[in-house]
Formats: sequence, structure tokens, C-alpha cells
Amino acid sequence: MSKYYVNKFLYTIDRDPEWVAKYKTDPAGTIEAWEKEVGTWLNSAEKTSWLSFTAEERRALETYDYEWLFAYGAHFFLYLTLFIGLFDEDWAAEKGPLAYQREWARRLQPWTGQDYPSVAL
Amino acid sequence: MADLTAVLASTHHPFYLKATSDHSPERMPQADEWQRKVEAYRQTLTAAEPDVLVMVGADHFHQFFLDNYPTFLIGKQEKYDATFYNEEREFGIPTYLLDGDLDLSNFLHQGLLDAGFDFSFSHELKIDHSIVCPIITVRPDADLPIVPIYTNIFAPPLPSPKRFWDLGRAIRKIIDAYPSDKKIAAIGTGHLSLELGGPRMFGEHGPDPDFDAKAIEWLSTGNIEAILENVTHESMAGAGNATHGFMDLILMMGIAGPEEADYVDQLDLFHTREMYMTWYPQKSEKLAGAAATAAASSGAALGPVYAEKDGVPA
Repeated sequence: MSKYYVNKFLYTIDRDPEWVAKYKTDPAGTIEAWEKEVGTWLNSAEKTSWLSFTAEERRALETYDYEWLFAYGAHFFLYLTLFIGLFDEDWAAEKGPLAYQREWARRLQPWTGQDYPSVAL
Repeated sequence: MADLTAVLASTHHPFYLKATSDHSPERMPQADEWQRKVEAYRQTLTAAEPDVLVMVGADHFHQFFLDNYPTFLIGKQEKYDATFYNEEREFGIPTYLLDGDLDLSNFLHQGLLDAGFDFSFSHELKIDHSIVCPIITVRPDADLPIVPIYTNIFAPPLPSPKRFWDLGRAIRKIIDAYPSDKKIAAIGTGHLSLELGGPRMFGEHGPDPDFDAKAIEWLSTGNIEAILENVTHESMAGAGNATHGFMDLILMMGIAGPEEADYVDQLDLFHTREMYMTWYPQKSEKLAGAAATAAASSGAALGPVYAEKDGVPA
């Protein structure tokens, strides 16, 4: 498992409008392409040879599964920002302002009053 | 020596500009009140007539990531680009090109090293909304040079609350010793209780109104003992998972010193409570008058606000 790698995916996708658009339309294909082009590179010349996703990490990213990512301790700022970028407008148009964010908070209600999973690595 | 003419500590709310420039039928009901409070707060800075701004914030995974995340960092540039693509996308914040003050950056950096704060530094720093938000609220002309200081309130393990206080105290000493006739204002932003990505986000109020009331009392009374007694990484997490941005407000109180604030305002919004606080290290009649005029418009207090007496229950 690599919480770092999950965070790296979220971080590098969110900062690039082309990756954001691809991730919305084809999450599984985007994750594969990202691993080859970005994920396993330190910079344009140097490889990072040891990072990979578990099946469960891949599934969570393919399905934008914020409940799993929260429980896993991925950094909340990364997937909150990215998923708002992907879904806020569509949900707001259909169900009103902040509908996506409020449904998110509602689905995480079982965590209220508990210690949250740490985002530390 | 330089004059530190004002210290401002406030929350930063990235949706302020979007909310107050929306003149459609969907305009947020509190937008007028919010704008009035922010414009009044701006007067507390304008009256201090600063020549340069020392600005404290935190990079929200815009430039820095977990491959190399600085605990404390200072920018050392003549110019700073500001606002990242995903901030424009999410918050509708415009881009800026801000002037820097390289001489003051260098003086602060050396002074911090001498004081035992081994800062990281950057010669290609792009500024994010933790510093852009206060530009928008208190200096919208963006006409003053800045010295940006970033802290880690975001990627654990974090420095202790006491370390933020001590850093603020060190910054104050260095500013006071800066051989210049410039007037300097220090502006820092952070949060009261805040939840992001968890069950308490985007509620009708901030996640922990009781923490917010106490935090405003501690800051506005300059009560560092109460902060060090009550505020830990764990207690902040209990108030909301992103509450650790409060430590940047502790840092700002460190720059002001253990003193009562001269202007204290707040606004209960959905998702957060906003706070706008100013200290005048050399309070004059003119500055006191400016704060009083601003308070007449905003309803701010001209001194400490106590949680039990004046705190506004949610």
C-alpha cells in the first residue's frame, strides 16, 4: 500500500486541467496513463521505481470513493478540492448549491465524535 | 529602525470575492454584512500607512507536496506570481503579480537563522490563497511589496503551538531591529475551527463554535498562557480536522506580543466563523480613531472579546 502514491495521484491530477478533464471522463484509463507518464517519475529524467497502487487504492480512485479515502487517511484537502472540481457544478445544477459537498458530509456522519484516521504518512 | 505599525490576524475565506461580487438573485444573504465588515477591517490597515507587508500563510499543496514539504519557509524574490489554476477554478480568485522586498526578506531570513529558526527558502515561490485572500480583503490594490512566510499547518507532523508563538516573537524582534525608516505591517491568516472533507464541513456554522469563542478571547486578550494550556494538535483536531491553521493566528499574536487587540470583529457564516483582529504596537490617537470609525461601521469591539460575556453562541 502507498498512501503517498494515492496523494501523489490526487495532487498531480488536480493541478493540471487536462488531467482533471481526463479523470472525469475515463478514471480507470487515466490512472493507468498517469502511472506511466507521471506516477513513476520523480522528474522528467529520474524514475521512482518502487511506487504502485494496491487493488483497493486503485478501485477507490476509479470510483471517486471519498468515504474510503477518508477512512484510509488520504489527505482530505487533495481529494476534496479535486472532487469538487469534478462534481460540484453538475450536482449544483441538478440539486442546488453545495449539494455534492453536503451529501459528502452526510455520508461521513458515522465518523462524528470519533477520532478521524490520521493523514500522516 | 523600522516601525511595525500594525499586526493583522484573520481567517481567510477563499469564497469572499465570489460571494460579494455575485449580484445575481442567488447572492448569499450575508454578503452585504460580510463585505461591510471586511471593508471596515481594511481601514485598520490603511490607517497604519504601511510601506511593506510581512505576510504569513501556508501553502495548501499548491507548490509544495509530500515529496518535499517545508516546515517554515521564506520567499526571497523581487516579484511573486500568485494564484494557482485550481484556485481560480474552485474559488474564482484572480491572478496577481506582486512586488517583493528582497532586502527585508534577506534581513528576516538571516535574523531567523540567528534566532535558531532554520528556515527553508525559495527563489521561485508562487503565492497561494492563504496570502492572496488578505490581499483581496485588506489591500485589494495589491500595490505594496510583500515578504511571504509559509508555515506547515497542513502536513503532519506539525510544529507545536508554542513553536508558532516563539516564531512570532522572533519575527517581531527582527522587524524591530530592521535598519530602515519603512513602516511595516504584518498580516497573517489561518482559521478558527475548520472541517474539510469530514462530516462537519459545510454546515450552518463552523464545526466548533465553543472553540471559536474561546480562541477569539485568547487572541484578543493576548493570553498565551491559556493557549499553551488548552491548544494541542489533538484539541485542534477535536474542534475540526483542519483547525491547525489556528497556529498561524498564534504566530501573529506572537508578533503583536501578549497584548490586548485593538480591533476585534467576527462573523458567523455557514461552514466557518470569520475573525478580523488588529493590534497597533504603537497606538496613536489617529490609529485609535481609525479603529473606532471602522468599528462604527462593522460593529467590531475596540478591545478584548470574552467567550462567556461577549461570545456569540451559535
